Amino acid sequence: MNHESHELAHDDHHDHKPSGFLDRWLYTTNHKDIGTLYLVFSLLMFFIGGSMAMVIRAELFMPGLQLVNPEFFNQMTTMHALIMVFGAVMPAWVGFANWMIPMMIGAPDMALPRMNNWSFWILPFAFTMLLSTLFMDSGGPAAGWTLYPPLSLQGGQSFAFVVFAVHMMGISSIMGSINVIATILNMRAPGMTLLKMPLFVWTWLITAFLLIAVMPVLAGAVTMLLTDHFFGTSFFNAAGGGDPVMFQHIFWFFGHPEVYIMILPAFGVVSEIIPTFSRKPLFGYTAMVYATASIAFLSFIVWAHHMFTVGMPLTGELFFMYATMLIAVPTGVKVFNWVSTMWKGSMTFETPMLFAIAFVVLFTIGGLSGLMLAMAASDLQYHDTYFVVAHFHYVLVPGSIFALMAGAYYWLPKWTGHMYSEKWGKIHFWISAISVNILFFPQHYLGLAGMPRRIPDYSTQFADFNMISSIGGFIFGASQLIFVGVIVHCVFKSRQTASGRVWEGAKGLEWTLSSPPPYHSFNTPPVIDSTTIAHVEGAH
Amino acid sequence: MKKQNTFIVAAAVTAAVIAAFWLLLAAPGYTGNEINMTRGVTSQSMIAYQLHMVILWICVVIGIIVFSAMFISIVLHRKSKGHQASQFTHSTKAEIVWTIIPVIILVVMAVPATKALVNMEVAPETEMTIKITGFQWRWKYEYVEDGVQFISSLKSDSNAARHRSSGTDPAAVENYLLDVDKPLVLPANTKIKFLITADDVIHSWWVPALGWKRDAIPGFINEAWTEVMEPGVYRGQCAELCGRDHGFMPIVLQVLPKAEYQAWIQQQRQGMAHEQAETERLWDRDELMELGEEVYAAQCATCHQADGRGLAPAFPALAGSQVVNGPADENIEVVLHGRKDTAMPAWEAMLSDSDIAAALTYTRNAFGNETGDLVQPQTITRIKNG
Repeated sequence: MNHESHELAHDDHHDHKPSGFLDRWLYTTNHKDIGTLYLVFSLLMFFIGGSMAMVIRAELFMPGLQLVNPEFFNQMTTMHALIMVFGAVMPAWVGFANWMIPMMIGAPDMALPRMNNWSFWILPFAFTMLLSTLFMDSGGPAAGWTLYPPLSLQGGQSFAFVVFAVHMMGISSIMGSINVIATILNMRAPGMTLLKMPLFVWTWLITAFLLIAVMPVLAGAVTMLLTDHFFGTSFFNAAGGGDPVMFQHIFWFFGHPEVYIMILPAFGVVSEIIPTFSRKPLFGYTAMVYATASIAFLSFIVWAHHMFTVGMPLTGELFFMYATMLIAVPTGVKVFNWVSTMWKGSMTFETPMLFAIAFVVLFTIGGLSGLMLAMAASDLQYHDTYFVVAHFHYVLVPGSIFALMAGAYYWLPKWTGHMYSEKWGKIHFWISAISVNILFFPQHYLGLAGMPRRIPDYSTQFADFNMISSIGGFIFGASQLIFVGVIVHCVFKSRQTASGRVWEGAKGLEWTLSSPPPYHSFNTPPVIDSTTIAHVEGAH
Repeated sequence: MKKQNTFIVAAAVTAAVIAAFWLLLAAPGYTGNEINMTRGVTSQSMIAYQLHMVILWICVVIGIIVFSAMFISIVLHRKSKGHQASQFTHSTKAEIVWTIIPVIILVVMAVPATKALVNMEVAPETEMTIKITGFQWRWKYEYVEDGVQFISSLKSDSNAARHRSSGTDPAAVENYLLDVDKPLVLPANTKIKFLITADDVIHSWWVPALGWKRDAIPGFINEAWTEVMEPGVYRGQCAELCGRDHGFMPIVLQVLPKAEYQAWIQQQRQGMAHEQAETERLWDRDELMELGEEVYAAQCATCHQADGRGLAPAFPALAGSQVVNGPADENIEVVLHGRKDTAMPAWEAMLSDSDIAAALTYTRNAFGNETGDLVQPQTITRIKNG
């Protein structure tokens, strides 16, 4: 089984990193360095977006306004979402893609390394610009991340900065996606056929196509807002012959695939981690690939379930209800396959596995509340309440973000060559897993009891659960500092060196390299055989 | 020793999780918190509730099955217990089974879900019509057949308590943030059609007891209907983010038995006639200033502030303002039609002519403004009619 030893010997002498700081980080075209930049950037954004969430939860701790004014509260909810979606989760997945895809398919680097550099370095500028609106006279965007007109058009001059920032993020995402697709389709080692690729590579390939399909749609939508606001057009202005509902259709045609863009790579990571710690191959590899593709396809035909209350014709509501219910089928297949992978394995519960298991459980809870939301007749009650807030936070926080953390703990020893502190990793996991439920579970009750979302103050009947939720929020927020501590310790302080394979049950090309891997992952294509790669369905 | 520690930690965590969930579930019983969707008081709210309960239980059962399988596996198939990993990789039979069974569940679910939606959305023959218009941040109700109309805003005690520096404990305010100055009064056991629209941005009209919400969209008129079974007071609020005071535009429904409703609507019609007469007479300064102060406190002070000094940069000061101290006609124009691209709404449709005249007179003669002129309700009517 130990193939790493001779692989590492002949890769070692290619390891020549640029020496100057600027050369290494600003001008870099190396997939690992760019991956690191993406991950550090997204962690920073996670804390900026998270601190906005802390402001929100602090204000909602008790009825009455204690800390902020309603205008600022609306800016916080809007910015929190924009930062977390576009600044934290998406760039983090691109960071993982950069680090892992070349190593997983046996390539030396990404296919388009200079574009790779550019697509990262756009982001700090885009988010500086977005965040700078908070300090402008007219304030940051306050119409929600969905930017519904006419409300978003009431924003002041700073709105132009928001639109331009969104354009830049879109350009970055599209370039990143082109790079991922070009790399996966052209740079696989001989013998790494499509249906031998790790599931993380598959999910990213599909995600990249989703991104290319929908980011231009978002760009178009915000451009129309821009011209409506500053150049007197009436795309969404009813008084000028436009249609405010049209914006919602366009936005959610982007927006629904967007939520799968954030979750599909999570499916991929979890599908790598569970087999490793179950010491058993992934169950139903091919079914997983097809399920991912089906989810991606369905994501394009369900958008109007975000709009059941706008006054659609009955037939429209029925269509979108049925299509949305259908998504439960491939999603169910994935969950059943993960459970079957664990079944009769030989499991151990290191931190990545703990996060992956929590992902499966809590994502499933979020998926089931999604099925409830699909029921259009009941959605007329659920819509725009905290029930929805609870639903999408369950799929995004213990969904996407737990998968990101699982992946970080899983590959950190590979990236750095050191083991992280298992003890502190587990402390981080348990505090996060418990507090995230205290934070979001009561929000289901609040929504069902009638509390609308996006309000800075509420009637006293909602006081108790808001307080519980806020306490959970503060604990969850604070516990993420442990995560940073574990990473910093692992990178700079840890003395415990990691072996090439790191985990006893790990399979896949990345584990055949040394830890840390050589600067240009594979200079000669690795030989693909069924003992080194992760998934060998049907080979029995 | 190490094993024992792990066991203690695991047991403590499990106990903590169980305690947390018990607290969450038991708290409502002790504190009167609602944790489930209301059954409401209409056929539609019952439909939404029943469908909600059916799908909730289906989800709970699916969750229990999946999580049990996982939990059993976690307990039994662990390396520390010496379990050897099997190496099976797939089973086409299993994949087919767990694709087909969810499809069957969904098809079975689609039947009641479709019925529910059809029953909620397809309106029967209705007996009366109410037009609802959303404004930033109040609701306007028009009784189409009876010609009665009024604006419904957040009640003054909530409005006073909601500000950061108010010093009032929200718990001391009855129905904090869920009470209005004038509720929408409706007859019980009557099929009512709603025409829902908005004047500025998108709002959403939602009273949970009715079982639905409907977006109020400028340029669109959405239809909805209801028939409330039981007289009573039902509360709701705007559900679509509509700007700064989105959280402060509640809806209160007062449902009366039919006879009482008839008496009420008669009274309202007389009130409208009286108001008409009031608009046509000449008012003196004290009358205008007195009503103006009231209207200003209720409608204008949230932005321009009680002392007329505004809140820079969005809400300009009226004290010393050139417009307020300038010619009356221009000032009237701004109040009637609002200012484009600012938070200043067009008050024309929201307030009566007397209210507008009084508010103008007040602002032109308060906060140190001393124009000395009176704006008469007649003048407003004349300018409105061009």
